[in-house]
Amino acid sequence: MSPLPPPSAQPDEVSFGRAAAGEAAGAAQAAGRDGPAAIATRGLTKQFRGGQLAVDNLTLQVPRGSIYGFLGPNGSGKTTTIRMLLGLIAPTSGSHQLFGVTMPGGAGTVLPRVGSLVEGPAFYSFLSGPANLARYDAADRTADPRTAAARIREALERVGLTAAGGKHYRAYSLGMKQRLAIAAGLLRPRDLMILDEPTNGLDPQGTREVRALVRQIAAGGTTVFVSSHLLAEVEQICSHVGVMRAGQLVFEGSLDELRGRGAAHIRVRTPDPADAVQVLAGLGLADIQRQDGQVSAQLGGELPEDVCARLVRSGVRVAGLETPRPSLEDLFVELTGEGFDVNG
Amino acid sequence: MSTGDLATAGRPAAGEPPSGGAAGLAASRPPAPRAWLRLYRSEIGLIFLRWRNVALLGVLAAIPVLTGVALKLAAPAGRGEGPPFLDQVAGNGVFLTFLALTVMLTLVLPLAIAVVSGDSVAGEAGHGTLRYLLTVPAGRTRLLAVKYAALLTFCVASCVLIAAVALATGAAAFPVGPVTLLSGDTIPLAGGLLRLLLVTLYVAAAMGALAAIGLAISAFTEHAIAAIAAVLVIAIASEVCDTIPQFSIVHPYLPTHWWLSFDGLLRMPADWGVVGHGLLSFGVYAIIFCAIAWARFSTADVTS
Repeated sequence: MSPLPPPSAQPDEVSFGRAAAGEAAGAAQAAGRDGPAAIATRGLTKQFRGGQLAVDNLTLQVPRGSIYGFLGPNGSGKTTTIRMLLGLIAPTSGSHQLFGVTMPGGAGTVLPRVGSLVEGPAFYSFLSGPANLARYDAADRTADPRTAAARIREALERVGLTAAGGKHYRAYSLGMKQRLAIAAGLLRPRDLMILDEPTNGLDPQGTREVRALVRQIAAGGTTVFVSSHLLAEVEQICSHVGVMRAGQLVFEGSLDELRGRGAAHIRVRTPDPADAVQVLAGLGLADIQRQDGQVSAQLGGELPEDVCARLVRSGVRVAGLETPRPSLEDLFVELTGEGFDVNG
Repeated sequence: MSTGDLATAGRPAAGEPPSGGAAGLAASRPPAPRAWLRLYRSEIGLIFLRWRNVALLGVLAAIPVLTGVALKLAAPAGRGEGPPFLDQVAGNGVFLTFLALTVMLTLVLPLAIAVVSGDSVAGEAGHGTLRYLLTVPAGRTRLLAVKYAALLTFCVASCVLIAAVALATGAAAFPVGPVTLLSGDTIPLAGGLLRLLLVTLYVAAAMGALAAIGLAISAFTEHAIAAIAAVLVIAIASEVCDTIPQFSIVHPYLPTHWWLSFDGLLRMPADWGVVGHGLLSFGVYAIIFCAIAWARFSTADVTS
């Protein structure tokens, strides 16, 4: 069912997509030419003890300066991938680098440059927001304690949590918790933000706030790697997307490339549908469907103008003709499969 | 075994390559011992600010007071019955401290240590804060070392609290004077208080070994309550084994066997042999279980 051969079978397919993605995302890529990719994985695989293959031979490349949307349905291996990227779990096989530094060995060197939100916020419920941030900052051996108070204040300001300052974390709303988690990622200048489902459980307003925040973070030159199970959530902000399905990367490239993947259709409005069907069949088009006054088919390699000329020559009166493309959402679902298609 | 030792043990970390991070990151990097101290203070804050732990310390402080009051009100028990030191308390309030430590060692003190140590890693894992500490990155070995240092601090604090409250209660309720040791010799009060301090630290060392067991178990689970229960089961099972004569061959190796051997310090001359055995046992337990905790924690997948 997979529209692309699985990357495990032909890793070249993926790197091809990556090269093309580089062209498509001109501006973002330009910023990325001055060093190794923000994230580069090679054959990253995680098999849990139960035998479940959560991530299968994942090779992806996140250019510096990009906003990379990491898409896939729940259970497709996104969070497991992110945990491996951050060195929380060890891959069964494969390797990865952040800014050219091999993980997890280089965690102490490179992770201070990386802010993250992994599988929802987690804080100490009996501490206030600032006290929670101070706790995480205290754990950072490279953070300057003299500037801690100022940095915490600034991070809270950026996410709009200054007013909630004194409240205990347990009294925070879900949106506030999410924003506090992002603030923890902003405690210091970062080169990369890894955000796992940052809008999960948020109301539309909160979703917009987070989206604006992500844009703002990226505008400062930070590479953003954001995972989501909703295409709509990331399509407005991402320069690049990777699509996961059942632990495998089934697409990597720019959104335009993803759009270009849709099989084009031709739809003819005509008072002579029976004749039109014959003509289209004569052209060898697939998937011909007739619906009162309309005939549609897959365009295949034919050009729509040629098909139109042929129809007219054959005496079919053409009242209208269009070449609809599937929406991104359709393509996404086509890539990731309908419903719970995770067989491990 | 003091926490200061562990905090400064972090100094070699200064030799690590500087972070090549975002602009100015390396320049503002604080010296390693300071960074360790900061995380240590943060750990201490978490332990001593948590309402549950404060309540535990309250219980630890209340029991010596209750014991003192009960002894004051009730007629002294018959000679030779009840726990050691019971008879001496009425004659000298200082002995309330030894009585209190002995009584607390049977259950309440190990319970407090089990709660705090079992929760140390498992609690963070269960709340999900562990994954954020590790992505900060706190450093796995560093986090574990600081956590154990904080646990040792809690052990010392609990034992000192018990001894101090018991001493205050004993002084208020009973006469205080030169201390008659278990060997029959009488030493001046100052010498008695010095021995009390040594006994308190000995008990703290015993609890430090238990805390290492708790830390190790804690590193294997994300359910703090399971770790706490496991530590308690180990302590109680060990105490039970220690009372069964048929198991006498393993008695010296039990984690709880030497807990009450501080009475060696209350003799003239002090029985350093038994005290030394005890400290050796605690040290070996601490090293073994810290090693187990490290082996597990430094490689474990954090999936919580």
